[in-house]
Amino acid sequence: MLLLSTLCIPFIAAIILLFVKHNEKANYVAIACSGVTMALAFNIAFNGATSFDANWILSINARFLLSADGLAKILVLLTGISFPAIFIATSKNEIKNRNQFLSLMLFTQTGLLGVFLAGDALLFYFFWELALIPVYFLCSIWGGEKRVAITFKFFIYTFLGSLLMLIGIILVYTNTPDHSFLIGSFKSALLTKGQQLTAFALFFTAFAIKMPIFPLHTWQPDAYEQSPTPVTMVLSAVMVKMGLYGVMRWLLPLFPAASLSHAHFVVTLSIIGVLYASFIAIRQDDVKRLIAYSSIAHIGLMSAALFTFKSIGVQGVMIQLFSHGINVLGLWIIADIIEQQTGTRSMKALGGLAKKQPTLAILLVGFAFANIALPLTNAFVGEFLMFNAIFQFSPWMAAFAGVSVVLAAIYTLNMVQKIAYGEVSDAINKMQLPNKNAQSILIVLLVIVFVTGVYPQLLFNISSDTLQQLFVK
Amino acid sequence: MNAIIVSTLLGVIMMFVSWGTTSSKLQRSIGLMGMLVLIVANLAQLNNWWSIEFNTKGMLEFNQMGLYVNTILFVITFIYLWINGEEIEKIGNHTADFYAIFFFILCGVSLLTSFNNLLMLFIGIEILSIPLYILTGSDKKNLFSNEASIKYFLMGSFSTGILLLGIAFIYGATGTFTLTTPVVNPITNIPNEHFLMSAGLLLLFVSMNFKVSAAPFHFWTPDVYDGAPTVFTPFMATVVKAAGFIAFIKIFEVQRVALGQGTWMIILPLVIVATLLVGNVTAVFQRSVKRMLAYSSIAQAGFMLFALYGNSTFNNEGILLYIVAYSLATIGVFAVLIKMKDYSIESFNGLAKSNPTLAFLTTLFLFSLAGIPLTAGFFAKYYMLNALFTAGAGIWLLITAVVFAAISVYYYFKLVQAMYFAEGTPAIHPIGKQYELKLWVIAIILLVLGVFPPLLFNYILI
Repeated sequence: MLLLSTLCIPFIAAIILLFVKHNEKANYVAIACSGVTMALAFNIAFNGATSFDANWILSINARFLLSADGLAKILVLLTGISFPAIFIATSKNEIKNRNQFLSLMLFTQTGLLGVFLAGDALLFYFFWELALIPVYFLCSIWGGEKRVAITFKFFIYTFLGSLLMLIGIILVYTNTPDHSFLIGSFKSALLTKGQQLTAFALFFTAFAIKMPIFPLHTWQPDAYEQSPTPVTMVLSAVMVKMGLYGVMRWLLPLFPAASLSHAHFVVTLSIIGVLYASFIAIRQDDVKRLIAYSSIAHIGLMSAALFTFKSIGVQGVMIQLFSHGINVLGLWIIADIIEQQTGTRSMKALGGLAKKQPTLAILLVGFAFANIALPLTNAFVGEFLMFNAIFQFSPWMAAFAGVSVVLAAIYTLNMVQKIAYGEVSDAINKMQLPNKNAQSILIVLLVIVFVTGVYPQLLFNISSDTLQQLFVK
Repeated sequence: MNAIIVSTLLGVIMMFVSWGTTSSKLQRSIGLMGMLVLIVANLAQLNNWWSIEFNTKGMLEFNQMGLYVNTILFVITFIYLWINGEEIEKIGNHTADFYAIFFFILCGVSLLTSFNNLLMLFIGIEILSIPLYILTGSDKKNLFSNEASIKYFLMGSFSTGILLLGIAFIYGATGTFTLTTPVVNPITNIPNEHFLMSAGLLLLFVSMNFKVSAAPFHFWTPDVYDGAPTVFTPFMATVVKAAGFIAFIKIFEVQRVALGQGTWMIILPLVIVATLLVGNVTAVFQRSVKRMLAYSSIAQAGFMLFALYGNSTFNNEGILLYIVAYSLATIGVFAVLIKMKDYSIESFNGLAKSNPTLAFLTTLFLFSLAGIPLTAGFFAKYYMLNALFTAGAGIWLLITAVVFAAISVYYYFKLVQAMYFAEGTPAIHPIGKQYELKLWVIAIILLVLGVFPPLLFNYILI
């Protein structure tokens, strides 16, 4: 029941919000409801929850099964924390028809939670798509200048990917011994070698588009840049995790042989993506685009670590799923504060933030360190484990991937330098009083960064059971 | 038998109603009442409460599936008439005549769902088609309507001719009009049929493709759908097409064995791919929404053809769900379109601002057509893909299908983009609350079936 209510609360709140026309009230409703969801998410993560199982479509044996193992718990926790944080941090932003905006955001949350909790392939697909639809409207209505075309590209890309996955689901479903969509029966499906390869390709395309892996990433920087910042936060903090989650939950356990035989291919692609994105990030002047490319690099590293098939790597990814979400959320919130108050995202026009708003500058430095994965920050733990796995897989790959750490330091510190130091620029001079809401959220996030950085066992405890399942097969 | 007799009687009654009353409002109410009577009469037979029986010498056969399809199509027709009643009155001077025509068409529909004999098929198709030619040309003073009617009539008669030739060939080969299970040689596994049988079935195949507007026999569709009065187009694109599909499936469910499984597995995928290609790709380039929907209906026919591929239960469930999802969504979109002052995509610009409810409903209908989850269209597509796969189709055919489904999103979403993201004032006639309410009914059916599709077919599985 706990799982079901976690799913229902944002959904019901989203419907209620459609009728709350008043901006302030809409804010309160959204924050309160997402706060409740967060509390439930904490409960799920630390106390566990019994799975919820009900008949859905009897004739094809599809079930409405929600269950939470370690991996799901980590991501539910991340989703639970992100949304109230985003709502509070951006509560002062000017947004037309705020209630509709918040309502669509909560629909997205429902979809995301559904994806992470679904234990039935058809249900998974159902939520996978549902998470996409509200984002399409969010970006196209409230986004930047070129929003319509770019969001449409993003939509068609992911939609085609998910349809291919649907074929994959049908392919596996037809070969399950008991004709069911449950993940357990999917694992025991009797696939020939050819079928396994086909299904692997179909699933992989969907997840690769979502993560995204080079060369299917082209939708992402544009979409991040053009989306309204609260949506960008959702996209990069939580939504891209859907792809990685899909790989861990469905791709690797279902098609181990095909995954293993393609490991080199995927790891190579991922590492190319990491380097490619890092180099481009160095050249960026737009803060949003910089963070977008940096995010592609980080995700690429995670996907490389997953395909090394080393348990240490998977463990690292699970920590990093959470850590990357928190870090990138912090960076986006800072970018958003700066954009809201100065009206520009160009780093050339910024400078001297440390003199004008020292607190914000300190927070920026904190999150920048987390982005580079310095020790004591949460990202260090994850990246260390992942590099370890990649090194065991192939030292050469590790060498190339290692370059990305240096590159990350270059572009991140460069960003900090341009924004925080130097003469106080005109744009920064325009900044008013600090945004108390956003700053308090940033402080909370930074506390999470350091707590999980110093004591990662918290996250290991949550995620340990998935690891065993993944490797004991 | 109930549906056939009652619909004929109702048709005749409607022909003479205008003697009793000249109020078109009253005529409409009588027509709607008649529809309810027809639905109840059909349900009576479906549930074995009461039915008119006489010996048809096996020419007609009323099974659960056929009667259930009747019910579905009658209910769709009822919803269609209920929504479009006022618009129908605006065309021509004799409202009651249109209702008479609808009842005759429904008589044809009930024949097509119950025939067991090729002559009955022929009669059913004729009863269905001739009133349609009239409906197409009913806007007498409009040149396009006339052109469409003539075109439809010429092409339609031609295809009926082919149908008849096919039936004659089959009669020549087997000596009977009855649909029988072909006798298969146990050693060679090839049916013991005369080559005339194969030739006849191929002709039947061509003719049925024409009726359901599958490529390359689709050329009449855009012109007819576009030229016919907008209020009648959704009826032709939904109920009539659906009945065509049911007949198509009924013929080839068993008879394709006589054609040889190999031949079947070659020609059907060719037709499917051609239909998907022509429908989807041409729809992308349309400026007029009405014409775009005409091409989209060709594309949707491509998906419905999947049901012919195999003969598992998925087929039947899938085609039922597809018919309902596609028909209701199409009727819904047309109900909005008819309120537009012109049919260009631009006329939808800014609809979300001026009329958010209507824009939301239209979006929902388009989502269902595109097959996006939470709407019935998704499960319809899912069942079809599943049926195709279970029937042993190659993965490439499924991939082709979903690529085209992604293309269809492109043109359906053009309308969504116009409504939500484009600036402008929509050129729309005022819409009453009551009209919106009717559209909500469709929307809710689509949503409910989008979450619990079995609600639709649990009834016949019991």
